[in-house]
Amino acid sequence: MVRTLINVPKTAKKGEIIAIKTLISHEMETGFRHDNMGKAIPRDIISLFVCTYNGQEIFRAELHPAIAANPFIAFSTVATASGTLEFKWTGDNGFSATEQATITVE
Amino acid sequence: MTTRRNVLIGAASLAAGAGLVSVSPARATPASMDAAIKKVVGSAPLRKGKVTLSLPPLVENGNTVSLEVSVESPMTPENHVKAIHIFNEKNPLPNVISARLGPRAGQGKLSTRMRLADSQRLLAVAELSDGSFWSDEVDVIVTIAACLEDPG
Repeated sequence: MVRTLINVPKTAKKGEIIAIKTLISHEMETGFRHDNMGKAIPRDIISLFVCTYNGQEIFRAELHPAIAANPFIAFSTVATASGTLEFKWTGDNGFSATEQATITVE
Repeated sequence: MTTRRNVLIGAASLAAGAGLVSVSPARATPASMDAAIKKVVGSAPLRKGKVTLSLPPLVENGNTVSLEVSVESPMTPENHVKAIHIFNEKNPLPNVISARLGPRAGQGKLSTRMRLADSQRLLAVAELSDGSFWSDEVDVIVTIAACLEDPG
């Protein structure tokens, strides 16, 4: 079960710069570690994060194994209109998770 | 003098040394970091300034290190930050994160948490809409490194 934590203000003034914080539970296995038997543990990471605001992409990040476990990404956007922010993480072994947040812009 | 304690300590450090040699992967080197930067920047000059990479100078645990990149920019459609990249010198791979943003971001800012395999130099690069590249670099000291220890 993937857990995510999204922090987006519920309301904002039109034109205001709002902070968006996202966190998702994921090992981010680097592919550079070995198990007790000395066998290499295969890479299993989230490699792409995309955020859309009312269907339009506003932020995208390619992640590499150097990103810590449970990737935290914080960025900002201008509150343009009321609507939905959608967050999508995709990665190795068909990993995919989406989350939404709604915002009211006055 | 050879005591039981000395022998044990010797054996332990040998084992640790052997372990390090067998698990330590190929490291990114300043050269491979430069190559990774070149891939992003191309032939454009990489200038210092406009970018601030902030993270603690002394890191106790390399497994999660918070860092923030902020870029001076008016973030207008004509003049904004297009992308922010972070590179490192001594993790197994030189890339950390590459983010694409635009005028809708309102400010050129990005925070994340990364792993640090060793004390090293980090570099943040910002690509502006006029095609110029700006950077900031920080030296960081790590006391407990990430990546090398095996899972329990």
